[in-house]
Amino acid sequence: MRELRIHGRGGQGSVTAAELIACAAFEGGVFSQAFPAFGVERRGAPVQAFVRFSDRKIRLRSQIYDPDYIIVQDPTLIRDVDVFKGIKQGGIAIINTEKTASDFRVPEGVTVYTIDATTIALEELGVPITNTTLMGAFAAATGEIGLEPLKGALRNRFSGSMAEKNARAAERAYKQVGGAA
Amino acid sequence: MLEIMEGSHAVAEIVKRCRPQVIAAYPITPQTHIVEALAQMVADCELDADYITVESEFSALSACLGASAAGSRVYSATTSQGLALMFEVCFNVAGLRQPVVMTIANRSLGAPLSIWNDQQDSISLRDSGWLQLYAEDNQEAVDLHMIAYRVCEDHDVLLPAFVCFDGYVLTHTYEPVSIPTQEEVDAYLPAFNPYQRLDANNPLSFGMYATPDYYMEFRYEIDQAQHRAKEVFAKAGREFAEQFERDYSAPVEGYRLEDADTAILAMGSICGTVKDAIDEMRDAGKKVGLLKIRMFRPFPADEIADALKGVSTVAVLDRNISLGSGGAVGTEVKAALSGSGTAVYDYIVALGGRDIRKKDIAGIVDLAEEGRGDMFYGLRTEVL
Repeated sequence: MRELRIHGRGGQGSVTAAELIACAAFEGGVFSQAFPAFGVERRGAPVQAFVRFSDRKIRLRSQIYDPDYIIVQDPTLIRDVDVFKGIKQGGIAIINTEKTASDFRVPEGVTVYTIDATTIALEELGVPITNTTLMGAFAAATGEIGLEPLKGALRNRFSGSMAEKNARAAERAYKQVGGAA
Repeated sequence: MLEIMEGSHAVAEIVKRCRPQVIAAYPITPQTHIVEALAQMVADCELDADYITVESEFSALSACLGASAAGSRVYSATTSQGLALMFEVCFNVAGLRQPVVMTIANRSLGAPLSIWNDQQDSISLRDSGWLQLYAEDNQEAVDLHMIAYRVCEDHDVLLPAFVCFDGYVLTHTYEPVSIPTQEEVDAYLPAFNPYQRLDANNPLSFGMYATPDYYMEFRYEIDQAQHRAKEVFAKAGREFAEQFERDYSAPVEGYRLEDADTAILAMGSICGTVKDAIDEMRDAGKKVGLLKIRMFRPFPADEIADALKGVSTVAVLDRNISLGSGGAVGTEVKAALSGSGTAVYDYIVALGGRDIRKKDIAGIVDLAEEGRGDMFYGLRTEVL
């Protein structure tokens, strides 16, 4: 079983990202489970959402403490939250930032992919909501989900031009991280 | 066919296919997504039901009671403080023998205010006459709704039921589920055939006085119907298994219990985490198993005693507390096993959304085997 923990702030769509990643993974042929850690919901507060991937039915219901993967939607979180806490040796972190991986104090054995998802989201969607862009980066960095199932999940959730804009944002990030990976 | 969706939406989909004619509900987290989805289905003409919007949970269940007495299949859903506000009506629904099915998205009760999961809400209505079923995962939550309607509407039962599934932990979780088609549900669940109903041409009175000469007999009849519900549930579960190849006919279900020295007893979504913890303990050579309680009312005391023959130690996980006494499940399990020589220890765990992990389950097994129990597990040390 592999586990993903998404760190974001309320309003950035972390829960939606977890759900859509689980949907794309399921379409790709594995069992998946997505769930939020609901806090006292308010915009801007740190939030977490979780995804599990497994070849067998998933029974475990506890939160995720030792993730294989993390996604950080907002680099300012790193000041307040130990986003790397518990991440496994060989784990993969995807961070939305203009900076490079060497600018972060990363646990040994963890691979970091940085991507300026905010700029991509602003260009493609017109709003700085980075969840769908980071899903593309996650797909390329980890191989847990494919680009086509991801686009399918986006088209199921959003309609019309909104679906296509989000799919384009995800694909740009997928190609950018795929080039770096 | 498996699909992936949120637990609340899975429940709304199966409720739609059960063809309720009247739905009355008041939104409250974490039940909201269920009733939002049903309201949308009614508005979109996907579901031919009257959706009654009300100003409170008291009115929601009162509307269901009246509609059921008039001969309609009805549905509601609530949680926590909402269920508390229904307290009086719950006793009336059972006393008037109306087969209302209501989803409980289990949540703790205030104060202090907590929106998170435990099972205090439904457990606190244990004496109300409603059947109580608890789901381990979203598939079981879906399936138990179909079975609940069958059991409740059976003329040997005629009682209401709570189908309980853990708030957030199941309601807000996306996972694969198989939703039976409308044709499959129709084949399993026939139209509601009321035993008697309000009818202007054949007037009856519901909710009359019972003087001291008769009140006890009404209570006896409800109790008898509760006990009959066990056999009706087993039959409905067997027929469900024949049609859908998922078997819920037993009120309790063992996991790796055959040669176990120590058994954990649990109810609801925590059972999944317990099963994973048991696999790890088994790999380490510990003879541990789980007895999952699917049906809390009627209470399967004989089935529990039977399943735990040969077990020397039992650890009950209670996600509720009868303050001043102990966990509700543990208290009844102790009564069921009295005289058996089995040591039963109760642990109050995971109240108000406190997370519980595999290592906690292993820790509780260690405590039980050391003979330490009847305690809260996992408290912050500053209160000790």
